[in-house]
Amino acid sequence: MNDHAPSRDERIAGLKGLGTSRRRVEDARFTQGKGNYVDDMKLPDMLFGDFVRSPYAHARVTAIDAEAAKALPGVVAVLTADDLRPLGLHWMPTLAGDKQMVLADGKVLFQGQEVAFVVATDRYAAADAVELVEVTYEELPVVTDPFKALAPDAPVLREDLQGQTEGAHGPRKHHNHIFTWEMGDEDGTEAAIADAEVVAEEMIYYHRTHPCPLETCGCVASMDKVNGKLTLWGTFQAPHAVRTVASLISGIAEHNIRVVSPDIGGGFGNKVGVYPGYICSIVASIVTGKPVKWIEDRMENLMSTAFARDYWMKGKIAATKDGKITALDCHVTADHGGFDACADPTKFPAGFFNICTGSYDIPIAHLSVDGVYTNKAPGGVAYRCSFRVTEAAYFIERMIEVLAIKLGIDAAELRAKNFIRKEQFPYHSALGWEYDSGDYHTAWDKALKAVGYDALRREQAERVAAFKRGETRKLLGIGLSFFTEIVGAGPVKNCDILGLGMFDSCEIRIHPTGSAIARLGTISQGQGHATTFAQILASEIGIPADDITVEEGDTDTAPYGLGTYGSRSTPVAGAATAMAGRKIRAKAQMIAAYLLEVHDDDVEFDVDRFVIKGAPERFKTMKEIAFASYNQAIPGLEPGLEAVSYYDPPNMTYPFGAYICVMEIDVDTGVWEIRQFYALDDCGTRINPMVIEGQVHGGATEGLAIAMGQELAYDEMGNVKTGTLMDFFLPTAVETPHYTTDHTETPSPHHPIGAKGVGESPNVGSVPAYSNAVQDAFRAFGHIHAHMPHDHARIWKIADGLGLHA
Amino acid sequence: MIPAPFTYHRPADIASALKILGEYGDDARVVAGGHSLIPMMKLRLTAIDHLIDLQGVESLRGIRVSGRDIRIGAMVTQAEILADRALAAAVPVLAEAALQIADPQVRNLGTIGGNVANGDPGNDLPALMQCLDATYEIEGPGGPRDVAARDFYDSAYVTARADDEILLAVRFTAPEGGAAYVKQKRKIGDYATAATAVALVKSGGKCASASIAMTNLADTPVWAQDAGAALVGTDCSPAAVKAAVAAMQEAISPVEDNRGPVDFKRHVAGRLLAEAIATAWSRA
Repeated sequence: MNDHAPSRDERIAGLKGLGTSRRRVEDARFTQGKGNYVDDMKLPDMLFGDFVRSPYAHARVTAIDAEAAKALPGVVAVLTADDLRPLGLHWMPTLAGDKQMVLADGKVLFQGQEVAFVVATDRYAAADAVELVEVTYEELPVVTDPFKALAPDAPVLREDLQGQTEGAHGPRKHHNHIFTWEMGDEDGTEAAIADAEVVAEEMIYYHRTHPCPLETCGCVASMDKVNGKLTLWGTFQAPHAVRTVASLISGIAEHNIRVVSPDIGGGFGNKVGVYPGYICSIVASIVTGKPVKWIEDRMENLMSTAFARDYWMKGKIAATKDGKITALDCHVTADHGGFDACADPTKFPAGFFNICTGSYDIPIAHLSVDGVYTNKAPGGVAYRCSFRVTEAAYFIERMIEVLAIKLGIDAAELRAKNFIRKEQFPYHSALGWEYDSGDYHTAWDKALKAVGYDALRREQAERVAAFKRGETRKLLGIGLSFFTEIVGAGPVKNCDILGLGMFDSCEIRIHPTGSAIARLGTISQGQGHATTFAQILASEIGIPADDITVEEGDTDTAPYGLGTYGSRSTPVAGAATAMAGRKIRAKAQMIAAYLLEVHDDDVEFDVDRFVIKGAPERFKTMKEIAFASYNQAIPGLEPGLEAVSYYDPPNMTYPFGAYICVMEIDVDTGVWEIRQFYALDDCGTRINPMVIEGQVHGGATEGLAIAMGQELAYDEMGNVKTGTLMDFFLPTAVETPHYTTDHTETPSPHHPIGAKGVGESPNVGSVPAYSNAVQDAFRAFGHIHAHMPHDHARIWKIADGLGLHA
Repeated sequence: MIPAPFTYHRPADIASALKILGEYGDDARVVAGGHSLIPMMKLRLTAIDHLIDLQGVESLRGIRVSGRDIRIGAMVTQAEILADRALAAAVPVLAEAALQIADPQVRNLGTIGGNVANGDPGNDLPALMQCLDATYEIEGPGGPRDVAARDFYDSAYVTARADDEILLAVRFTAPEGGAAYVKQKRKIGDYATAATAVALVKSGGKCASASIAMTNLADTPVWAQDAGAALVGTDCSPAAVKAAVAAMQEAISPVEDNRGPVDFKRHVAGRLLAEAIATAWSRA
């Protein structure tokens, strides 16, 4: 035969569907500098905005004199709160049910807060004018410590809330208190701890840091006064939600607002919120009738747009003498800064922190979280993790280590002893979650074997002996971490943001020649959606991924969805994609049956075609079916081949993994070197192994930064001490270790293709691995716990405190 | 991150540069690679009305190696230092230090003149120049003059160079014996948490001479004369090293910053010095 009919395997391979390490289609433009980011936009007559920001963390603003600024050539306008007040836009709602000043309304609450917005014909004139705006401040006492903020005589930060004893999440106990959130059984947990054979207690602080995407936040607002339409291009992780919020607060009808997220240079949670720059740009465009661009610089990004973490977690963990955990208690003091602008689902003011029982079968637990105002920037976003999950994972993975020390047993063994067993899934946790699936013991055993755990422990013991003999100044740390993520928010019954249910969507059109476009409610910021969602669809509808365009981010064309953060794209929009694909397939089946002149039930789907059952040589390919849908009058069927799915997930998904870090630490200099980093991820069904590996590398490198040095540090005056990349640690290739990636595959039982999401697992899982490695290195000398970040000086302090420099 | 308005000058020779400098006085500054000055201007911590770019002044370029006599033009970049084989053969420690400055992008523009003349205590080459007892050639309205690196630094950003003078070149004699530059930093691109330059000469198994200087452990580079003296006549045994470290720690005065507290910096400085002495001794 001359004609080679492709084999079934060849047809499967040709689709580049699920499980294929398909090359990222985005990379051609990104690697050639041909991406199209917000700051690449140039519109005719475009104006530029820039902020006057407060140098003080807490001060009254008694006067603003903008006359000199307005007189500068090129300056078009200087907006202050007084200009926004008549529009009701001097304050705006936050995603957390609080409100936030758009421009300083009588006072400022954090260094870098927006005070006035200068609009000019060029970017340089705007920057010069900022210098000329004279603001008179009257300094007020500064509170940067959330515990001091709750003292009875602490200064009142939010005068606008004075006397309000009820907040968005229940009663407020103090003038700087935001909410208390409780889960679990307080009395039962207290009793179990009181009766326990062993109790370990520790205060675990997860410091304040920042997602610091390479591209900062920004937008271009363009009000077309002729047709009344506002277009807003911006770095939005949730463009549809931004449109709705913009409509609600501006009063512009939603159909007259178009929000577009073009290419986004990383988000990691930083680009979920709504910022004063967006509001001011919109107002300035409405006022001037011209497009207005606003782009943060790096210092503004670090100082003013959403930070992450800043959680003080007081833990008590109880166990039997032989290491079976009997109870867990956690109280969190959460520093939210000057406004509560967390980006959590409305009913979860501490996000999903109640996943803090981790991967362990803990019979009873209690959690309470107190949110507190301080003179720091607002935020509290999920920096490459699901809502507050990396805090929870760090907390439990440190508590396990602290307990292991107290019990005097090996931390790997303690974990294995307490893992939720495979047969316990679906597992109901003491703090209210239903874990969908897992096989922790298999993953853990695989990880321990892969790194040669027992040999590492022997080497570590030998190293300690050599250190004591004065033969070396380096110690060896073995950092263990086993994490369970909770992602894919979420079921509309309990997950919404500002009343918008957290479903997501996909709309598919098959073109006559058999190619397709899929539009989703999410937006990629580097995750590679255009690559992976096409793969899901390829396997569902039998059209090669290379023939499918994936488009996101334009609210005029994409179906409504809640966006990309919290590892929700694959669990929610990925499911919508599969479900929409199945609708396409169902119609295609009817078309195929008609073309083959058989009953619908007599054909079945086979890779890229429908075949007659028992006679696979008689078939119609999806390409043929697509064309037929446009040119055949099929009785009972509408022309065309399109589908849309809005997917409301029945549950979250629970990816998990085992990470192990082996670190050399010099006790004199605090210098560390990572000798080995092993990352095993179980994210259910694997869509694109290469993209997964890339995600793990990226997340583990962010975890490295956070654990080993990255922080937003404030002095007592509320000055940001780490406002540039000189001091705010972003690792380069030199500091980044080699990662060994591995996997097990436990599909989610409720997700259409079994996928759980992976983008954020490596941040959640790696931070405890690095931190535990540092702390484990000093375990032999009596060390129990020290706070991150473990920069050279802080590591040195651990050693110094243990007398190792004597 | 946008600087205030300024006028840009690009003179073609030293005479023109000095003329502009004389004309505008305090309102003018010369810029070499720009890695210190430009960020300060962008942060608006410094406003310069007249920026005099020295990139066009050919006489400030060029490396001359004649035997052990070295002369490096002020506008020679770190990358050019690293690429010069004759220089690397004559003074390997210069390349060792230059390679630890920032990252390749910075080294492609950053110059030896800017590094030593700016007076930033975080810069690496001033301590090395003090260690090697280098001479800075400076020219001003009164003509050229020489200043010893060891006499050049008064306090942070305050040096013996007058506002109307320009650094022409750095001159020194390549050290005999062994030398080393050891630096600890938080990450690539960072200034030193602590760093040390050591040059020593071994003769008959004993240290015949030693010179030690420290980076970023005071508001100027610190030439620790007593620390060097503590090694002379010894075989750089642990006791001698301990004495040198103690003398060095007397000479430095670090301050707490984001890199860490004072005790930490003193301890690290001691450890780095011990390492540098051992390395230099092994090379001597």
